[in-house]
Amino acid sequence: MPEVAIGLWCIAGFLGTGVLAVVLGGRAIATPLVYGTTLVIALAALLLALDVLLGGRPATATVLPIGLPGLGAHFRLDSLSAFFMLVVNFGAAASSLYAIGYGRHEHAPMRVLPFFGPFLAGMNLVLLAADGFSFLLSWEFMSLASWTLVVSHHQVAANIRAGFTYLAMASFGTLCLLLALGLLAAAGGEFTFERMRTATVSESVAATATLLALIGAGSKAGLVPLHVWLPLAHPAAPSHVSALLSGVMTKVGIYGFIRIVFDVVGDFSPWAGLVVVVAGGATAALGVLYAVMQRDLKRLLAYSTVENIGIVFIGLGLALAFRANGQGPAAALALTAALFHVFNHSVFKSLLFFGAGAVLSATGERDMEKLGGLVHRMPQTAVVFLIGCMSIAALPPLNGFVSEWMTFQAILLSPQLPQWGLKFAVPAVGAMLALAAALAGACFVKAFGVVFLSRPRSSAAATAVEVDGFSLTAMLLLAWVCVLAGTLPGFVIDALSPVARELTWSALPAQAGLPWLSIVPIAESRSSYNGLVIFFFLVVSGVMTAVVVHRLASRSTRTSPIWDCGYPLDSPVTQYTSSSFAMPIRRVFGTVLFAVHETVDMPRPGEMRAARFRMRVRDPAWRFLYGPLVRWIMRSAQRLNRLQFLTIRRYLALVFAALIVLMLVVAIWR
Amino acid sequence: MALTVELALQLLQIGMVVAIAPLIMGITRKVRARLLRRRGPPLVQPYLDLWKLMHKEVVVAPNASWVYRRAPYVVFAATWVAAGLVPTYATGLLFSWSADLIAVIALLGTARFALALAGMDVGTAFGGLGSSREMMIASLAEPAMLLISFAVALIAGTTQLSAIAALFSTGDVGVRVSLGLALLALIVVGIAENARIPIDNPATHLELTMVHEAMILEYSGRHLAMIEAAAQLKLVLYFSLVACLFAPFGMAVGGDQSALALGIGIVTFLGKLAVFAVLLPIAETTVAKMRVFRYPAFVGSAFAAAALAVFLRFVSRGF
Repeated sequence: MPEVAIGLWCIAGFLGTGVLAVVLGGRAIATPLVYGTTLVIALAALLLALDVLLGGRPATATVLPIGLPGLGAHFRLDSLSAFFMLVVNFGAAASSLYAIGYGRHEHAPMRVLPFFGPFLAGMNLVLLAADGFSFLLSWEFMSLASWTLVVSHHQVAANIRAGFTYLAMASFGTLCLLLALGLLAAAGGEFTFERMRTATVSESVAATATLLALIGAGSKAGLVPLHVWLPLAHPAAPSHVSALLSGVMTKVGIYGFIRIVFDVVGDFSPWAGLVVVVAGGATAALGVLYAVMQRDLKRLLAYSTVENIGIVFIGLGLALAFRANGQGPAAALALTAALFHVFNHSVFKSLLFFGAGAVLSATGERDMEKLGGLVHRMPQTAVVFLIGCMSIAALPPLNGFVSEWMTFQAILLSPQLPQWGLKFAVPAVGAMLALAAALAGACFVKAFGVVFLSRPRSSAAATAVEVDGFSLTAMLLLAWVCVLAGTLPGFVIDALSPVARELTWSALPAQAGLPWLSIVPIAESRSSYNGLVIFFFLVVSGVMTAVVVHRLASRSTRTSPIWDCGYPLDSPVTQYTSSSFAMPIRRVFGTVLFAVHETVDMPRPGEMRAARFRMRVRDPAWRFLYGPLVRWIMRSAQRLNRLQFLTIRRYLALVFAALIVLMLVVAIWR
Repeated sequence: MALTVELALQLLQIGMVVAIAPLIMGITRKVRARLLRRRGPPLVQPYLDLWKLMHKEVVVAPNASWVYRRAPYVVFAATWVAAGLVPTYATGLLFSWSADLIAVIALLGTARFALALAGMDVGTAFGGLGSSREMMIASLAEPAMLLISFAVALIAGTTQLSAIAALFSTGDVGVRVSLGLALLALIVVGIAENARIPIDNPATHLELTMVHEAMILEYSGRHLAMIEAAAQLKLVLYFSLVACLFAPFGMAVGGDQSALALGIGIVTFLGKLAVFAVLLPIAETTVAKMRVFRYPAFVGSAFAAAALAVFLRFVSRGF
């Protein structure tokens, strides 16, 4: 059986779990059974993807007699699809494992279980689809399946609003993709990607299609300013689904962009790269600034996803620009960096959302102002969450650093680009990426410090208990992957080389055979990094120092109340909170961009009322783009409303006028 | 055999930076005291302080977690590894390829991350204040530092510190506008990152202006010794970065491992550090500490200078 057929069977299996969930109804066994089944199927699909990617198997394709009459549905599994299948199904497997434990806390499991499998099926279908029709159909299926999960906790009004925003943005995105694929299909006269790839299109059509694909796929991935639904919708879902939405579904959006722009459209102009790079840079910097200012843990994580998507798009844009200029090795480096970050982000963002879910199920709180001190109550969750935080903050020797380092190396190659626009834009984007990396550090010091360290800020946080074994196992697994991918990055880079070769016709030199397992993206004289040696040095020097100090100097420890400069205050209210931690950054970066407005109402001495602090942060995307747009639509709708109440004569006149205009248009067009 | 010698030379560098770090701090304190017309502590005082702290009992708050107890060692280890990988007296040492300039900066980020978390662990107002401000300063200083590394890397065509030093020590690169801007930016970043005046006052206590000292307020005994040692190492790291990028003369380059070349390398390295250790307090005593919300302008100027240097390099190879 060809590989693509096995993939389709896995998808059928995922769909089957939806039926299984309905058949089982609300029985207690349903949760472990459904998630257990999706876990097994996801592992099978994962093995398939690994086999195709590492075994260097050629692409396999098949046509199913479903879909439009006479067209059929084309499916194809090549190395690009295989890589994204690996990302999707690894996340799906971890999420299923986590949900076997976490799902027990769900009070309405029938709102989640029947849709979980179909959502996974939808994402896998997008990766396998090889014609415009089945691609768009799977894309919409994925969107709708995820929408049902977003609104599963529909009693909360905010979740309904999030669902509506998501639906509007998803429809808009699909519309753009529909137009893009329509343009490309018109040139080749057929819907299959195969035919679109070989058809020649004019530069203007290619540019329009690229732009539409950037908007359409970018709205799913979370590019600024199309990101507005993401921080609303991702936190609204149950946490294991949030992990999938943020860690995995955004990657399917990136896949859509790569498939259409890199594969189907092909090279036409280096300016496409410029647009993508600038969009990525703005997304990275703005996303992390939003994230730093959040006080809801899951929303902070969702905004941080926006940042990471920006980093991926910087790499993709550079790859486009290098490829259009015929600089294969540099394009391969940029693309590999982007794909490596795709993998890394799917791992640590899933881990962090699982951690947030563990905190949520242990305390019932997402608001960081009411958490604190969980390191004592949930010690194992704390360790894995810390590893996730350090990875996403791009700290060596963990995996987030490796992909950012490679992106920096790709940026440093860009002076060899001949276009002036790129020469000016790329260093600015490099500065934004550097800013984003530093702010991500601040963001995750805040996330871990406020939630897990310090003293509990509410009784719920003070009485939390550690989560179940399934959830812990899933998180531990992801934490190990973070450490392994950070210390042995060469193997990941080698696994990505078939994808790079397919899309840029060149690949990075093989890394696994290098001495000491270093990574050398271009040449040893240019740059190299060795996570393993750094990890070894850190462990040896830290442990050695600790042992020497304890043996030769002093090891005595005394417990004594907090000192705090002589004025210790008992109340946990005196601690720094999430908002106060972010205050300096808010003041430095936020006053202009986010129109941050703080009002402090301090009672005069002797007055008995409480002090008040109010803060308003306005999202520039809502303020300048969506707010006016929504108001305009409402106003136009009100005006158009009058059309309902016309007399018959006026309706006839309208019809007549419309006919005349149409005929005129046709006459002029000819 | 050759591997043993190489390993010994690398270990010499790693050992040397940690051995001389307190002395360098002693020189800056002595010079600063003399400039303020005080006699000042003896040069070896930092060694004595570390010795004393290490032998004292550690006082820990009852709600301190393992993060609080492990963080000092993580901070020390990360700073030490970073400092040990910056070329000091010779280029091309055994492990010089394991971390480039970007990785060294990121290792300092690891140390900062651990220290900022430790500041928040006990849950005091001062600890949170210090961590919050430290991360604000870092969010400006770290990108500036990365841009400096871009500027230097674009000139040298590599991010390997060892290769950059070897190239710059030949003198072929000459005096360049972008290098000048990068040096200026590096000095500002160095001041901010090492908590020196005008950003932070290392001698302050019980003041609302403090940043670094506020984070480590609860620490005592061997934990405090580790953090102090890490701070001294960080100063040496920045000094050796300036020396390696902007004054790489005297280093043993190109795999020259004769005793003479290495000896010259070590002597000139120590000499450079001593000069920097004298210059730093002179600069410090001429300015006053800034208000917290003036920092963005100060550190931002480093960011702007470094960004300008990078832009110039992208526009023309001549700068």
